[in-house]
Amino acid sequence: MAHLCLSDVSVHFGGLQALTEVNFDLRPGEIVSLIGPNGAGKTTIFNVITGVYRISGGAVSYDGQTISGLRPHHILARGIARTFQNIRLFTAMTALENVMVARHCRSRAGVVGAILRTRRQRTEERDVRDRAMAALSFAGLGEFAHAVAKNLPYGLQRRLEIARALGSDPKTILLDEPAAGLNPSESRELMAMIQRIAASGVNVLLVEHDMSVVMNVSHRVVVLDHGVCICQGTPEEVRSNPAVIEAYLGSEVD
Amino acid sequence: MTRGSRKSWQYFGLGLAWFYLLLWPLLGIRDGALHFAETTAVWLRVALGATLCFALYRLGKAGRLDAALKPLAAARDAVGNTLARAPRWMLLLPLAVFALSYPVLTNRYAQDVAINVLVYICLGLGLNVVVGLCGLLDLGYIAFYGVGAYTYALLSIHYSLPFWVCLPICAALAAIAGCLIGYPTLRMRGDYLAIVTLGFGEIVRIVINNWMALTGGPNGLLGIKSPGIYLPQLVDGSFSFEYLVIRKLEYLYYIILALAVFTIIAVYRINFSRIGRAFEAIREDETAAELMGVDTFRFKLLAYALGAVFGGLAGAFFAARMRFVSPESFTFIESAMVLAMVVLGGMGSIPGVILGALALVALPEMFRGFELYRMLAFGGAMAFMMLVRPAGLWPAARLGKRSDDTE
Repeated sequence: MAHLCLSDVSVHFGGLQALTEVNFDLRPGEIVSLIGPNGAGKTTIFNVITGVYRISGGAVSYDGQTISGLRPHHILARGIARTFQNIRLFTAMTALENVMVARHCRSRAGVVGAILRTRRQRTEERDVRDRAMAALSFAGLGEFAHAVAKNLPYGLQRRLEIARALGSDPKTILLDEPAAGLNPSESRELMAMIQRIAASGVNVLLVEHDMSVVMNVSHRVVVLDHGVCICQGTPEEVRSNPAVIEAYLGSEVD
Repeated sequence: MTRGSRKSWQYFGLGLAWFYLLLWPLLGIRDGALHFAETTAVWLRVALGATLCFALYRLGKAGRLDAALKPLAAARDAVGNTLARAPRWMLLLPLAVFALSYPVLTNRYAQDVAINVLVYICLGLGLNVVVGLCGLLDLGYIAFYGVGAYTYALLSIHYSLPFWVCLPICAALAAIAGCLIGYPTLRMRGDYLAIVTLGFGEIVRIVINNWMALTGGPNGLLGIKSPGIYLPQLVDGSFSFEYLVIRKLEYLYYIILALAVFTIIAVYRINFSRIGRAFEAIREDETAAELMGVDTFRFKLLAYALGAVFGGLAGAFFAARMRFVSPESFTFIESAMVLAMVVLGGMGSIPGVILGALALVALPEMFRGFELYRMLAFGGAMAFMMLVRPAGLWPAARLGKRSDDTE
């Protein structure tokens, strides 16, 4: 069971307070969206969860164990995978290789095994490839397995990022603006994919600006503004919350 | 004459004039007087040759030589296609036969050059793991070569340990040196890393140069033993082993050939494995690699240590072959040379690095006929190759074609 919990998390860079006592949790099987104006601290939260930033206060726990302070690759090994706002694929590698890299933490073979090509190394390598292939097929990229990542069209690169994250057998996946730059039909496919991911038992934390995606797929929505969590609830509750409207549109002039 | 071709001829003329200006101070100022005759004579010869080549190149580009070039290009494509279809052993077999029969066919001098080439292949492939695969620019690589060479030298002189026992010790010590140097430096990236590795490379050389008690300082170490092998023998019905010290060049050639083949296979297999994928991910995007589960620090250290191992093995052989080591063999210019082989051959490409080593060791030998202008011709050849093949002589097909591994 994957239960991600942020309690009183604060982050500051020098004098800049990026997050102030943020509290929310992601329960098993849930799709939660994180929304807020630009600079509200959404990506900062992702970086905190995945261990890129150190927190200045509070704690991040996963399945009851504290994960704040662990290095990113340890956090991935615990089962939290992510995608990036600006696509960060390994551009010179093929789609399949990209996903195979993500299986790094689930395989063991060392240098000696690689040089001697031991039976164990070969079976493991076959297993890595098969599972990577399965993740690609899940994302509908099976036929592009041997295409070089940088030659893929933008929409497919976005999907490959998700496939790569799924390749590591995560229990939780963090998607950073997966719909950015997608056309309406691609967005619909993406929503279907997010729902399929959730149905496969992986809970999803989503940062997104496309409100149609957010309102359609999320079970709950968390709204951030200036590093403060201003409201959370079901999509309907959030939509009618005055604080949210103020954050997005500004307050009325008296 | 089109405008484009007039412009390129103008640049060509400018280049020749610039060449004269460079050449004249080198050849024309001596004995307190200025001379023009010699410079002009040399310059005229170079200019004539260059003009001929350039005219041919322009004609080829304009399509005037199509009649002659078309069949050639067709033939090249046909050969390329057949080669691509032939199974791998059919390509490797003639190469193996040639490599094994090489000492029989050639004289001492050619064997000497071949041994040099093979040593540099080992070094180049080792550095290729660090620079080509992992993307860490290392300007002090030759330090590990030095560590390997001095390890064997000291073990051989003081403890008379045989070469084959020392080989793994040299590799292990080089790996430890790699980790020691890598640990503080690998926190840096890019240019900073290059500068720091340059510094560490020099530190190793200076330590060797000044530690008189251990390394003999600039005098070097003498009395290193050659490698030996035990040959089984049947004398008067009793079976025994005879110890044979290898001094002959052709036997040394076989030893370094075996080392080079081992290096090639090892680097190839590492390249096409989980480890190689991790290295490549680090080269592509270090942050993303860390977030996708690669322990970047550990794997950068591993790349460093692996590179050092191959350098150390080559160093041990170098000491055994020369039977003398001195700090002069491990200067920065050697690091630059090995790096040039990797870059010239094609980063991350094993056949590329082999070609690079061949070109950088064999070409200066070929230019010995030019005597005075040897290094000039060599520099010209380098510049020309970089213009024609900027990605290297044999670029990696697309860096890392791991997934459709045929084995």
